[in-house]
Amino acid sequence: MADYLARMNVLAFTFLVWTGSLVAGFLGALTGLGGGVVLVPLLTVFFHVDLRYAIGASLVSVIATSSGSAAAYVKEGFSNIRIGMFLEIATTLGALFGAYMTAKVPASAIAIIFGVVLIYSAYVSRRVRGRAAADQPPDPLATKLKMNGSFPDTSGTRYYNVYRVPAGFGVMYLAGTLSGLLGIGSGALKVVAMDQAMKIPFKVSTTTSNFMIGVTAAASAGVYLSRGYIDPSLAMPVMIGVLIGSLMGARVLAKTQTKLLRLVFSGVIVLLGLEMMLKAASGGFR
Amino acid sequence: MNKHHLDDQRVERMISNLLRAGVLLAAIVVIVGAVPYLALHPRTHVSYRTFQGEPDYLKTVHGVIGAAFSWNTRAVIQLGLLLLIATPIARVIFSAMAFAVEGDRMYVAFTLIVLAVLLYSLFGSFLIVS
Repeated sequence: MADYLARMNVLAFTFLVWTGSLVAGFLGALTGLGGGVVLVPLLTVFFHVDLRYAIGASLVSVIATSSGSAAAYVKEGFSNIRIGMFLEIATTLGALFGAYMTAKVPASAIAIIFGVVLIYSAYVSRRVRGRAAADQPPDPLATKLKMNGSFPDTSGTRYYNVYRVPAGFGVMYLAGTLSGLLGIGSGALKVVAMDQAMKIPFKVSTTTSNFMIGVTAAASAGVYLSRGYIDPSLAMPVMIGVLIGSLMGARVLAKTQTKLLRLVFSGVIVLLGLEMMLKAASGGFR
Repeated sequence: MNKHHLDDQRVERMISNLLRAGVLLAAIVVIVGAVPYLALHPRTHVSYRTFQGEPDYLKTVHGVIGAAFSWNTRAVIQLGLLLLIATPIARVIFSAMAFAVEGDRMYVAFTLIVLAVLLYSLFGSFLIVS
């Protein structure tokens, strides 16, 4: 089955990987589920790329989409730089640890963890958001850290308080570890930490999470580089493809009904997760 | 409170321009390396099926810069990827300066911790890897 790949030259391979990455980036941005999460299964399952090269290329593209799309969110004024910066201490330390672990954990175990994360992120996207705690007194720690903020709403400026900072910090460390271990942005888990644990309004959580993804990924990129996981010839079509795809997706987003698309894409993510676990169980990753 | 919020908005806008410029520059350098790379070896066969790691000159910052300036096309692409990795680092440096201007020492400290982790990963991680 994989013979077609053995006969393929650089030009054809680059073009196909570019096309696949473009579609992944487009659907990821359109559905808000992130393109990075499907890249690794795409590269390993369909293009038979070694897991280490795949997570290297995926991580690089995650930095590109996070930084490239941040501009669109910033204009709306939802993200909270202080929350982001404080939690980046947790995500970058976690990312460094995760990247370090990629060489210690067998590839098959990484693939199984990847499958679980894929299925979980599809599930999270279907769940109801946490409700902002409106009438509670402000949390002393969050107040000391100057995290409480405001954002423009339809009915003027809305103020919010932040709660349970240590819990959020802990989940962020985990999100960073998974980002470094799997070469993904961990956007879904970052949103869970802020939206569910810290009671930050959903809009602020998603935009702040997007801001943090690039910095988190940069923390494991250095380790990947010195391990030789980042192959320029492979990362090139992936990065350019995902970047163009996600910019297109963000542009189309405003004009489309994405409910059905999200459902379909969630289904694809679950299937890819199962496929990765199956491949791992049958010894496909070494 | 309100003034503080407006300042944050301005800082965020500058950050977003910085990020966009970084990504654009990185993409241009990647393409500048990719075009001659694809033109010179279009019929070569590639396999990523088994992990071999990269040659040493593609694994360190100064190795990549050196090889890129002697016009190694793969190193030029890698330089573009390094610029991409440097973009969030530049934004953290910028945030540190913005917090310093605001006189927020606590957040200057937080930002410098993040910066230290990032720089360690890029320049010091060979210590834990090798």
